[in-house]
Amino acid sequence: MAFYVVQFLTGLASAASLFLVASGLSIIFGVTRIVNFAHGAFYMLGAYVAFTLTERFAGAFGFWAGIVAASLIVAAVGVLVEMVLLRRIYHAPELFQLLATFGLTLMVEDLVVLIWGPSDLLGRRAPGFTGAVDFFGQNVPSYDLFLIGLGPVVLAALWLMFQRTRWGVLVRAATQDRDMVAALGVNQKWLFTSVFALGVFLAAFGGALQIPRDAVHHAMDLRIIVDVFVVVVIGGLGSIIGAFVAAVLVSELNAFGILVFPKISIILVFLVMAAVLIVRPWGLFGRPEAAARRTPGLTVNPWRRLTANERLAAIAGLMLAAALPLFGGNYALTVGSEIAIFVIFAASLHFLMSVGGLASFGHAAYFGLGAYGVALLAKMAGLPMIASLLLGPLLGLAGAAVFGFFAVQLSGVYFAMLTLAFAQIVWSIAFQWVGVTGGDNGILGVWPEPWAASPSHFYWLSIGIAALAIGALRIIVFSPFGFALRATRDSPLRSEAVGIDGKRIQWTAFVIAGTVAGVAGALFTYLKGSVFPDSLGISLSVDALVMVLLGGVETVSGAVVGAIVYKALSIWLVSQTDLSKLVLGGVIILIVVAFPKGVVGMLEAVHNRRRRQTQKAALLTSRIETAE
Amino acid sequence: MSTAPTLLSVEGLNKSYGGVHAVRGVTFALKAGEILALIGPNGAGKSTCFDMLNGQTTPSAGRITLLGQDTTGERPRQIWRLGVGRTFQITATFPTMTVRENIQVALASYGRKLFNLWTAMPRFAQGEAGDLLELVGMGDHAGRPCGELAYGDLKRLELAIALANRPKLLLMDEPTAGMAPRERIELMRLTAQIAREKSIGVLFTEHDMDVVFEHADRILVLNRGTLIAEGSPEEVRRNPEVQAIYLGEGLVYDARHREGAGA
Repeated sequence: MAFYVVQFLTGLASAASLFLVASGLSIIFGVTRIVNFAHGAFYMLGAYVAFTLTERFAGAFGFWAGIVAASLIVAAVGVLVEMVLLRRIYHAPELFQLLATFGLTLMVEDLVVLIWGPSDLLGRRAPGFTGAVDFFGQNVPSYDLFLIGLGPVVLAALWLMFQRTRWGVLVRAATQDRDMVAALGVNQKWLFTSVFALGVFLAAFGGALQIPRDAVHHAMDLRIIVDVFVVVVIGGLGSIIGAFVAAVLVSELNAFGILVFPKISIILVFLVMAAVLIVRPWGLFGRPEAAARRTPGLTVNPWRRLTANERLAAIAGLMLAAALPLFGGNYALTVGSEIAIFVIFAASLHFLMSVGGLASFGHAAYFGLGAYGVALLAKMAGLPMIASLLLGPLLGLAGAAVFGFFAVQLSGVYFAMLTLAFAQIVWSIAFQWVGVTGGDNGILGVWPEPWAASPSHFYWLSIGIAALAIGALRIIVFSPFGFALRATRDSPLRSEAVGIDGKRIQWTAFVIAGTVAGVAGALFTYLKGSVFPDSLGISLSVDALVMVLLGGVETVSGAVVGAIVYKALSIWLVSQTDLSKLVLGGVIILIVVAFPKGVVGMLEAVHNRRRRQTQKAALLTSRIETAE
Repeated sequence: MSTAPTLLSVEGLNKSYGGVHAVRGVTFALKAGEILALIGPNGAGKSTCFDMLNGQTTPSAGRITLLGQDTTGERPRQIWRLGVGRTFQITATFPTMTVRENIQVALASYGRKLFNLWTAMPRFAQGEAGDLLELVGMGDHAGRPCGELAYGDLKRLELAIALANRPKLLLMDEPTAGMAPRERIELMRLTAQIAREKSIGVLFTEHDMDVVFEHADRILVLNRGTLIAEGSPEEVRRNPEVQAIYLGEGLVYDARHREGAGA
């Protein structure tokens, strides 16, 4: 019995940090409507800075002052970020905001390694809380008891701040209607900045408080952000009480889940999240979102199919690509195959994002499932390559069918957070279920059969499948289904009013996209001869997002161009620098701020402007002619 | 007209939010080919009534029978399948498609072709889409992006979309809101003409009394959630209770006209 009580207390102690970070995210979202992906990075920064300060200043005062000072320093960094970056993108579509803050996360990850080194750092124990309390023969660290007490204290402090201070009233008003608050003469800029500072302070404080419990390392940002997303999805984005209740719930599920499913404890959290989403899609304490924000700045140019000339050009391009083995070496062919595979992957996400308006932040899950599907079929069932290639992606299909069903119940940022959480769950399973997936060691030795083994043959296979996949997706885009999908994106109200079952359409699209991503993953396994949990990882999901964004979300062919440019660039970048994340993060932020329409979108805009000018000129001359 | 079948009958419709009764005991019926106006001052419960008929809101009590079927609490798309077209106070169309594609989507849905993954949409039901656009006088705009249409044209496009499922009943929430006076009259004339030709029942809410008295066969007057009058335009005009309620709005209406005349 005592064991369970201790387990319960451990869960409560973990909940404290989780609550701090999640409440910060919720407060920021409530006022600025930005889901701050970089929140995990600020949490990590808080831990690192606190580590440095508490090492420097000895004594009880030094420790506690160090914790608070670290949180304040990181909050100041947050203010800088808000003023320099976020103020430029408050009116951008939420996808761009998520991506920009993700770019920031990438940069912080590299910077942290640059400053503090790659190895784990063990912090000091908290003065005054170094011992343990004996609890019916079980030891409970006294620091845990401190954290258990701290959670409700912070909750109460936040509540008082929002109910009793003038600033709190303004924040609550802005949460309900920020335009109205601005119209009443409140300086919105500083309100946003101060809210962001508070949110970042809470995240950094949560991180700083972790150092006596846990090692500080440079991957703790992604770990916490996924937990935080799960917490806010369950508790309801924007609700502080919700963040508290859900943080306790998730931490307890983790604490006891380990006893029930020692290998895959995260399953339990997933089941609870799924149950909450079915009953209350907006979370336990959240309110249903008003109509989703229109993505401003969307071009209204309707899509058209390729003209005969453009089709010829596409075929010529494909022929040119097919001729690569004539003059390229083996390295070029391998790179070419990889690019072709990522063209398929990017196109599948592009289909979901551009046509369906569903920005999945966990699309790598289906890529990785396809990759593992092939590896398992080839290694365990010993199927021939063709059969594995055909059946492997079905694992991606199955995953997309299960997760997609829940994901399409939500939209916008909730959809993004949920897909990310799902991908992370799949990643954990691949990582933890060593018996089947090999865990971190992956599955090795999945090589293509002799007929496809040579680099040129595999390259031809890859670009052939890529051409087929792109062609199929384009046909779907211009089919009644594709239009129905766009209809649900354009106007949920109108599509429902013409009998379109939006959720079913979106679910189907999710399954299609997941399956195509699975095809890419299947090829990827044969290209590399192996599969690792990385194929399901967040960074791969974000790679896909960046490819789509780089090519242009609003274009039909953007994904192809984006994938080629991005993949070539990143392969080159990795060979040139050790700080690829730093550069990549910077590139992402630059794209979001400077070229939100992507490469193809930009070309189209230039093209349209020229055409309009020539039209105007033509109109002018005709008028002059008639005047004569 | 009295022998025409009943399309829609509403019995004792209620909707309350907490302690507030938005709609109380609304009962009426609508026959095929009849044009029925639902009027009332702001906050009278017109939109709530509409949302319940359309399936956007679930009634607290009461019964809605559409074409002989109980549709109380059904979803909008199920009600649409029964043959109800709907236009919105603020137009809802698909802004990133062309005018014709807007219609084609509705036609594809009507033909249950939504899960067709291979037919090229540009060739889908082109003739039928063209006919509908001609019907509302938008034939020349078929290839234009919907996002760049003027508001009056959007309203006409929305009417064409609402006609795509060959409806027996049209629900139009303030069909002429936000339009110039001349456009208002043209749009309602067009609607009335189509409704008469195809024997479609029309239920609409409206603030413009010119439009209401010119086109409605019958008028329902809603005030504070309850029906206070029902009858032909002539009867409603003479009803003292209606006059009392609309006195204020009538004055405003006159003032606005005078302003318009002066300008």
